Amino acid sequence: MRITTTVNGEPREIDDVWEGESLLYALRERMGLPGSKNACDQGECGSCTVYLDAVPVCACLVAAGQAQGRDIITVEGLAERDTLHPVQQAFVEAGAVQCGFCTPGLIVAAHDLLARSLQPSDQVIREALAGNLCRCTGYEKILDAVRLAADRLADASASGR
Amino acid sequence: MTTPTKVPTGAPTETASTAEGRIGDSPLRPDGVLKVTGEFAYSSDLWMDDMIWGATLRSPHPHARIVSVDIGAALATPGVCAVLTADDIPGRNAVGLEHDDQPVLAERVVRYQGEPVALVAADHPEIARQAVKKIVVDYQVLPAVTDGRQALDPSAPKVHEHGNLVRHFKIRKGDPAPSAPVVVSLDFEVGMQDQAFLGPESGLAVPAEDGGVDLYVATQWLHVDQRQVCQALGLPPERVRLSLAGVGGAFGGREDLSMHVHACLLALHTGKPVKMVYNREESFFGHVHRHPADLRYEFGAEADGTLVYGKVEIIFDGGAYASSTGAVVANGATMGLGPYRIPHVRVDCYGVYTNNPPCGAMRGFGCVQAAFAHEALMDELADRLGLDRVTIRQRNGMREGDENITGQRIDSAAPVAELLQIVRDMELPPSASEQRDLRDLPGGVANSTHGEGVVRGVGYAVTYKNVGFSEGFDDFSTARVRLEITGGEPVATVHTAAAEVGQGLITVEQQICRTELGVERVVVHPKDTQVGSGGSTSASRQTYVTGGAVKAACEAVRQRVLDRAAATIGVAANTLRLDGAKIVAESGDVVAALADVLGGDAVEETVEWRHRPTQRVDPETGQGDAHVQYAFSAHRAVVDVDVELGLVKVVALDTAQDVGKAINPDAVMGQIQGGSAQGMGLALMEEILVRDGKILNPSFTDYLIPTILDMPPMKIEILEYADPHAPYGLRGVGEPPTISSGPAVAAAIRQASGKALRRVPIRPEHITAS
Ligand code: FES
Ligand code: FES
Repeated sequence: MRITTTVNGEPREIDDVWEGESLLYALRERMGLPGSKNACDQGECGSCTVYLDAVPVCACLVAAGQAQGRDIITVEGLAERDTLHPVQQAFVEAGAVQCGFCTPGLIVAAHDLLARSLQPSDQVIREALAGNLCRCTGYEKILDAVRLAADRLADASASGR
Repeated sequence: MTTPTKVPTGAPTETASTAEGRIGDSPLRPDGVLKVTGEFAYSSDLWMDDMIWGATLRSPHPHARIVSVDIGAALATPGVCAVLTADDIPGRNAVGLEHDDQPVLAERVVRYQGEPVALVAADHPEIARQAVKKIVVDYQVLPAVTDGRQALDPSAPKVHEHGNLVRHFKIRKGDPAPSAPVVVSLDFEVGMQDQAFLGPESGLAVPAEDGGVDLYVATQWLHVDQRQVCQALGLPPERVRLSLAGVGGAFGGREDLSMHVHACLLALHTGKPVKMVYNREESFFGHVHRHPADLRYEFGAEADGTLVYGKVEIIFDGGAYASSTGAVVANGATMGLGPYRIPHVRVDCYGVYTNNPPCGAMRGFGCVQAAFAHEALMDELADRLGLDRVTIRQRNGMREGDENITGQRIDSAAPVAELLQIVRDMELPPSASEQRDLRDLPGGVANSTHGEGVVRGVGYAVTYKNVGFSEGFDDFSTARVRLEITGGEPVATVHTAAAEVGQGLITVEQQICRTELGVERVVVHPKDTQVGSGGSTSASRQTYVTGGAVKAACEAVRQRVLDRAAATIGVAANTLRLDGAKIVAESGDVVAALADVLGGDAVEETVEWRHRPTQRVDPETGQGDAHVQYAFSAHRAVVDVDVELGLVKVVALDTAQDVGKAINPDAVMGQIQGGSAQGMGLALMEEILVRDGKILNPSFTDYLIPTILDMPPMKIEILEYADPHAPYGLRGVGEPPTISSGPAVAAAIRQASGKALRRVPIRPEHITAS
């Protein structure tokens, strides 16, 4: 089957997609966008989190066909040219990245949280990221990163930028 | 050097430095930006235009004879390019880390559920998976041995012709029949833990024009993989080139081969690049796990708590193949009584074959299981004597200059008492009754209690862990460092084969080059087998051993540069030093520019570096200097337990650790935080459930690892008592936190619940059982 979607702002068309193929497979293996990760392929780890029409989903649980005509944003689409999004910048600075396999999913999940909630409490951050497994960090520096990004985004919005 | 025919997308590239920072600083990791933008390529992201996909048929039985294999239907499937069995292996069908006892593809017999039997390559991964199901294997099921203790019974079914014993490690020290006024004992059981790294086993094998193969793979030790791949393919090392693809965590689970030989076989057979990626279920079958252990402990002590003797029996269930069981057994034995002074010791530590999933390396390597038992027994002894649980550990804790149970003198800091004191003195979290948020109580958002039935508990544990490879192993690393002027600036390039698995080794390699050469720009060459072995990324050894090699190679480069400058200027080289772009005299004057000294030349040195040798121990007494260095840590866990429902919330997990010298303090913290989480996971939730040799929970739905909701805040204090024998005085960091955190959590739950809890992971039903 043929699928037409918008990915990171660009119209995309892919052919010969199989019935059972996931959106994750289509992104990674057919569209050259391997940034979304495949740690479990069963909806349990969050490493494949992408926006589907502005709602974060596990791309491994979405059939590629369901993306027909919809708008997808992946981790590759969050930075503005050479400028990292504040969430990405904070993950780098806070040392929230070790192996980094969880990182793309966490970045999208944290990006979504901070789009909804300006100064989330630790409890709110923990709940928002509860579906994203990380095996390396013990999550402390991930919390640090989200707090740092939240502060910077709040400052930026206070100063009207 | 033969260059590969084609290079895949996602092949490793040079990593340039993006930050300043010498040792003791915490520069940002150079791959951080790539990782947050999704551009960093992992082994599962490798891609080539004409690549095809491999898949593996695995045994459904823990023990069976293979009567026949029919590949006809699979091979006839449209889109299938090859179906291979043991008959198609050109070299030796035997690999392994310590013993070559594991077939690449099973031949005649399968010894565990999940053992690879056949391979398929096809155009699409789904076609390959479906074709795998069409392979017809006729099995004759054999009786299986699935219990470690039973495996030692002479009447048990034999897993291998040579019997079921992998190794028996004995320690006999002091009085063979000691007695003491106070005797405590316990039996303990530790379940099978999984490394659960997030990046699945994967890689890409590319057939080369010279008849060899280029393998891009996520691993912990390229050269030990290369040796085994060569052996199975019957090819010389020049024709089997390995490169480290991006690694999504390891924790011991990538020390053994997974898809390495399989992808190479398919690539050589089809003449096409072959990619293999396990899914999570296959990953649970595709790598070794932490050994389950059956432990029997007895301590004798004086009335004041001073330890007199320890008697220990440990059985590690190694599963169907040896992997690194022998070394795990040595660790379990030699560190089996914890960081305590004990004059009279008897240890019998066994590693056995069973028809369970193979077990091997995982962070903490043999010490983790033992620590649960010796720390539970120390609490028992304290309670029996009415002593404080921290005080009794401090009274018996090792100090510098003490002899451990193998007769090795601890010849650098052993701050057991101090580490315990630090964690004891840390501020405690608010009590359960002051709990500000119901979601912080056991059960969390499930809202299962409003505080009724919730009891607070505090537990302590301390450990020591060997760093590096032991028992006389030739444990070296190789580093190649080049210094040259590029674009008017000095640039160092460092090339090692030591695997970066997420821990931050590449950052440390750059820091060392900056420290030793005074340069700013340091390029890390891709990790591959075009340079000598870096040894394994395990045993907390890379910063020590590869760090030592990089330091030594920098020193050699620096010496050559200074010799050259000295000859030109006409002074003695030892009166000069190198500081980035400048050659500086004793007076502090700049006497030459590096650019002038080097001209267009590059100065390059390759150094093989070894830590001081260790010894094989006496086989009858276990005595000897088995290990090169010890690293110490202590944990305090605070838990709230809902004693009615058996639910546990870890409220705090605080720790102190001596790291000798923190080469990168932020990365050290990251190791301690992540390591502590894994230890806590084993205490509370992580177990591969195996019944009659079969895994019941091969998924992240049923094998639980800590989430961000499970992890408490962690207070961490780092001590830096330099080890005079180690580069920069550093100590390995990665493993101790995984060892002492779990036993501290278990102790806290015991205190809160009043239950003995002699098994981990501790499940709700253990807490509520009457
Ligand atoms: S890969 Fe989609 S949730 Fe794990
Ligand atoms: S950084 Fe490795 S899984 Fe999160």
